[in-house]
Amino acid sequence: MNRNQLNIRLMSGNEACAEAALIAGMRFFAGYPITPSTEIAEILSRRLPKVKGVFIQMEDEIASMASVIGASLAGVKSMTATSGPGFSLMQENIGFAIMAEIPCVVVNVQRGGPSTGLPTNPAQGDVMQARWGTHGDHPAIVVAPGTVNQVFEWTIKAFNLSEYYRIPVIMLLDEIVSHINEKVILPDPSSLAIINRKHTTKMPGEYIPYQNNANMVPEFIEFGLGYHYHVTGLSHDESGFPTNTPGIVNKLIRRLNDKIEKHRHQIIKLKTEFVDDADTFIIAYGSTARSAHFVARMNRAKGIKIGFIQPLVLWPFPGKEIADIVKNAKSIIVPEMNLGQLSHEIECACARPVISVNRVDGNMITPEDILERL
Amino acid sequence: MFPYSKYLRTNRLPHIWCTGCGCGIILKAMLRAVDRSGIDRNTLIFVSGIGCSSRTPGYIDFDTLHTTHGRALAFATGIKLAKPEMKVIVLTGDGDACAIGGNHFIHAARRNLDLTVILYNNRIYGMTGGQPSPTTPYGEKGTTAPYGSIEPSFDVCRLAAAAGAVFVARSTCYHATQLDKLILKAMNIKGFSLVEILSPCPTYYAHLNRLGTSLDLLMGYKRNSIPVEKARRLDPSELKDKIVTGVIYKTERPEYFEEYHKLQQGITENGRLR
Amino acid sequence: MSFRYEIRLSGSGGQGLVLAGQILAEAAAIYDGKNATQSQSYGPEARGGSSRSEVIISDEEIDYPKAVSIDLLLCFTQEAWNKYGRDLKPGGILIIDSDFVTEPKDRQGAVYALPIAAMAEKAIGRSLVANIVALGLITGITGIVTKESMETAIQSRVPKGTEKINLKAFGCGFDKAIELKTN
Repeated sequence: MNRNQLNIRLMSGNEACAEAALIAGMRFFAGYPITPSTEIAEILSRRLPKVKGVFIQMEDEIASMASVIGASLAGVKSMTATSGPGFSLMQENIGFAIMAEIPCVVVNVQRGGPSTGLPTNPAQGDVMQARWGTHGDHPAIVVAPGTVNQVFEWTIKAFNLSEYYRIPVIMLLDEIVSHINEKVILPDPSSLAIINRKHTTKMPGEYIPYQNNANMVPEFIEFGLGYHYHVTGLSHDESGFPTNTPGIVNKLIRRLNDKIEKHRHQIIKLKTEFVDDADTFIIAYGSTARSAHFVARMNRAKGIKIGFIQPLVLWPFPGKEIADIVKNAKSIIVPEMNLGQLSHEIECACARPVISVNRVDGNMITPEDILERL
Repeated sequence: MFPYSKYLRTNRLPHIWCTGCGCGIILKAMLRAVDRSGIDRNTLIFVSGIGCSSRTPGYIDFDTLHTTHGRALAFATGIKLAKPEMKVIVLTGDGDACAIGGNHFIHAARRNLDLTVILYNNRIYGMTGGQPSPTTPYGEKGTTAPYGSIEPSFDVCRLAAAAGAVFVARSTCYHATQLDKLILKAMNIKGFSLVEILSPCPTYYAHLNRLGTSLDLLMGYKRNSIPVEKARRLDPSELKDKIVTGVIYKTERPEYFEEYHKLQQGITENGRLR
Repeated sequence: MSFRYEIRLSGSGGQGLVLAGQILAEAAAIYDGKNATQSQSYGPEARGGSSRSEVIISDEEIDYPKAVSIDLLLCFTQEAWNKYGRDLKPGGILIIDSDFVTEPKDRQGAVYALPIAAMAEKAIGRSLVANIVALGLITGITGIVTKESMETAIQSRVPKGTEKINLKAFGCGFDKAIELKTN
């Protein structure tokens, strides 16, 4: 039997990510080997040539990110995958993609940090870097699935968000969800909504590459079609050329941020369970949500009123939405494999203290870690 | 008179370059070469990094991409692989290509992807105000080498040839008509081609090193240049401080996308090459 | 009432414990129609070092994927037993390679001490397939997965061209388990 032909498969998160990216229409991958993300590159190096796509192993993560942007500007859906040290190297060009509004997906399989840290162990220490890693005021879309099924679903959604909003979308995985093998029910590809960037219908000469419109996302046209336009990381006007004029720069930076912030309700997604009558809430994301769900489920079985919230989109931060659900809570517990990066945001959003459960030792947060603080 | 305006974004002029800068000479030579090549201009894409030279794409009427410092070749790699039918020309400087982008430079050459690189070598960081670059000669000054540079400099052409480029040429802004020919030759090569062009920076390089005006630098290029055919007959000691011009190195090797395309064509369902 | 069965396969890197866990999980999740997860912890070594692979089998969706209370522990090395032995629940099943692990005394619960690598060497001529022999033992002893599903999963996961010897290795372990149970 060829298990690759089954629609129910045992897959790792990294495998699901690669498969879903192909279904989303990704046809260019550039990357550099780094644990624990390497399987994504390995799989795509086999698969992409077969679908007339391109895989290239670049000389480093800086070049990987750069070539991903180049390929996307030439009209091809593009992706890279990395881990902490490589994600740090990508930051400058992620900023370029945000500024020049080039869609692409960046997968960061988080491992222990800082620096080389713990290459083979999970962590969630890059939540703030995913939001603020590149310099300057900028928008970000960051998604953080926690199961292999969610990785599959959110890889496609990451491409959709990226294409729709013309922004690099960062998918934060962690070593657990990347390497765990579990059952995935693959949907019929024809049943999936695949969004492609909106191409202009204007003719060369009429096309204004960064012209604002109702949804604040400029229309796209790929290079090589005779439009002769200019793309730069410098602050630019609607025609795409550099400018220092304060009014124009102000408009650009505010539009870039507003195009995400004003559409946050269409982007954010919370998975909730047992929340209606809950007086205690556990809020967790990525693989930590699995431990949180375990605790919530076990305690519900004992009659304890505990609710579970999993933000699948970390940025834009769903603060208002979380605050609304937990407004009458007696206590809020936020477990995460860092020293409290998201719990701080939740405290600010809910204007009250939360119980932060943290681990930075390279181990997954266990149910006992959470139970101790219940 | 060559109709430059046909290829210029005239509404973007005047340019930001200093009086006496070599960037304009190179830009004009490049446009003449493009014109002579007969290539459909809609299939030409120009990519640059950061620096004075890298501002060139803003002034020419093609699809143009002005990227991050040092990374032009990596962006160009993505464009070329996504659209192999395009001709991609990378415009870069000595600091951009040899310092911050040095790794991308040698690896792009090693892969032998079909890219043409025009490297404006003014031997200094102009945009940031005159700091020494990897091509600043030993002993010469920059604002962060106030006592003269204590580092030896790169020979860009030897570097590219050693890394795997299949066409390597050098000339100077004095030899304006030779530039057209070398750029055209480079464009017609299938593979990684480099044209290094010595370019005067009167504002910083000449000023900090008391080398006079731009004209003095150009006359220096004239005096110190030796055509490669003649240079081959000379003893290396006679070539000290000389600028060897012409096609320095030429070879044939499989081009990267041609190799990759074989994978795209040859792979069967079971994943094995036919 | 839902059930959750936890298996830990332990030894050193290169012994094929991750693959064995994947086969077990695939058999349970795909061919037996249950839910299963396989996870691992590993170090920087591709070979050597201590390695563990965990499989959780359940009839409902598995959230927490790590072992909480181990039902079955396989140890290929003494180091693995020393490190992971205490996580085996009282009454849990222990399978050890008796050539490499000293049989613990006073254990509550079944202990199967067998020369697994030597069995592989004898039956197949390759101690490398000890992991698959162990899968045969686990299947025969616990019945947590069906023999047929395991055979399908082995054929789908092992390198092409090695299906036959791996099925033979599985059969060797499975038959031994049945023999031990009936005696």
